Amino acid sequence: MVILRVLFNRFLSVILDILPLLLVIFIFQTFVIQKPFPHLEQTIVGIVLVLIGLFLFIMGLESALFPLGEGIADQFAQKGNVFWLLLFGFTMGFSTTLAEPALTIIAGKAGQLAADSGSIQANDSTISDFVYGLRVTVAVSVGLATAIGVLRIIKGWPLIWFILSGYGLIVLATYFAPEQIIGIAYDSGGITTSTITVPLVTALGIGLAVAIKGRNPMSDGFGLIALASLTPILFVLLYGMVALEVS
Amino acid sequence: MSQETGLLELLQASLKSTLVDIAPILLVLLFFQAIILRKKIPHLKQILFGLILVVFGLAIFIVGLQECVFPIGSRMAEQLTDPQFLANGNEEIARSFLSSTQVPPSIYFWTYLFAFMIGFSTTLAEPALIAVSIKVREISTGAVSEWGLRIAVALGVGFGVVLGVYRIVTGIPLHICMAFGYLFLIIQTIFAPKSIIPLAYDTGGVTTSTVTVPVLAALGIGLASNVPGRSPIMDGFGLIAFASLFPIIAVLAYAMIGKWLDSRNQKS
Repeated sequence: MVILRVLFNRFLSVILDILPLLLVIFIFQTFVIQKPFPHLEQTIVGIVLVLIGLFLFIMGLESALFPLGEGIADQFAQKGNVFWLLLFGFTMGFSTTLAEPALTIIAGKAGQLAADSGSIQANDSTISDFVYGLRVTVAVSVGLATAIGVLRIIKGWPLIWFILSGYGLIVLATYFAPEQIIGIAYDSGGITTSTITVPLVTALGIGLAVAIKGRNPMSDGFGLIALASLTPILFVLLYGMVALEVS
Repeated sequence: MSQETGLLELLQASLKSTLVDIAPILLVLLFFQAIILRKKIPHLKQILFGLILVVFGLAIFIVGLQECVFPIGSRMAEQLTDPQFLANGNEEIARSFLSSTQVPPSIYFWTYLFAFMIGFSTTLAEPALIAVSIKVREISTGAVSEWGLRIAVALGVGFGVVLGVYRIVTGIPLHICMAFGYLFLIIQTIFAPKSIIPLAYDTGGVTTSTVTVPVLAALGIGLASNVPGRSPIMDGFGLIAFASLFPIIAVLAYAMIGKWLDSRNQKS
């Protein structure tokens, strides 16, 4: 009975999460566009799927992604080896980013843009080298960001210094970078944080802050995602300087 | 029948991309667990079951969005920016569309309202933000509440998208807006309560995810292809840049207001 009530409450909260979105669409369709819904059946099926999907995802979040992140933070803290922990952070950031479908798409478009504008030679092997180089650059930058972010939590360094110097370097690099790369660089910051990595990385950071004495989960545990969305911008700008100016 | 197979195919594609998303994470975890930590994962069965829920849940969620939210969102963006709808019988405005000159920004009233509401409501439905706010609830010291955070972030995205739409309509260059935005943010960061800063900057990356990005991209491209003198490639993007800057500003502001109210209450 208790389990049923918990599940029921969770389902109600999922409805609450989706309700504003449904209201906006309904209100605009009825009062502004003033036309009936074109595919009502499809819309209703979609709403039901959204509710079920979000419900399952949040259940899985609390029974798998959070415990996994916290568990690994706990075990590394007990082991006390900083090097392995940093390597873990790097590998995690690097591999998830390299496999990220959104990055593959954006890098492909960037390669086409660069070839069209004459920044690189317009043959297939040059383009695919450029695209692959871009993906690896972003992946390395996210890996480094995760490793640096983990070190920051261990040492208790305030995030503000990383943010200020990071944006300072970005402004400087934007000034020197070739113009064609700037839009791609700023876009790459947002695409590296997927719905599955965010909960895991957040749980890892907070787990570390809880496990290490003298760290506060609020002021030390967060910040990994912030760094992982900052470094790609800088690295892609630098990549643009190297890969585009040579040719 | 044809629609059902369509749904199944969508679900298959969605499942595949979710699996690609989770595969590297599992490989890295397994490698470090087996080689470096050499310990069994505690509660293995529960975690495996949870992972299946995560993969299927996210896949079903995305198919649902593709079926109801994305098509309606992009149709809405199209219709709201349609010159005929905007001119609404006003011949002077209709002419300025045809002659491709500057149109008055005020005629986009419904687009601004839609931009705010869609930015606000998609953010509330964003699974990654739900995850972060659950964590905030677990560790909260009372400085931020779960719903306070989510509403602050959603308001930030809403305002950010409105400003982004205004930028597309008026044609102000993106890098000038971003430069002023980040300058403001840095000054605000210096004065904000120190403990909120990491969480605030995290929300900037969290908001541009599964639900928000496709809807905003549709809105931006729809606008840029209908506003005279804009190109979809140059001006269509950039809404996302606004949507990741303004939540940071909003969360910092939320914490600053909370701190100010606290200190005022203590004085009286």
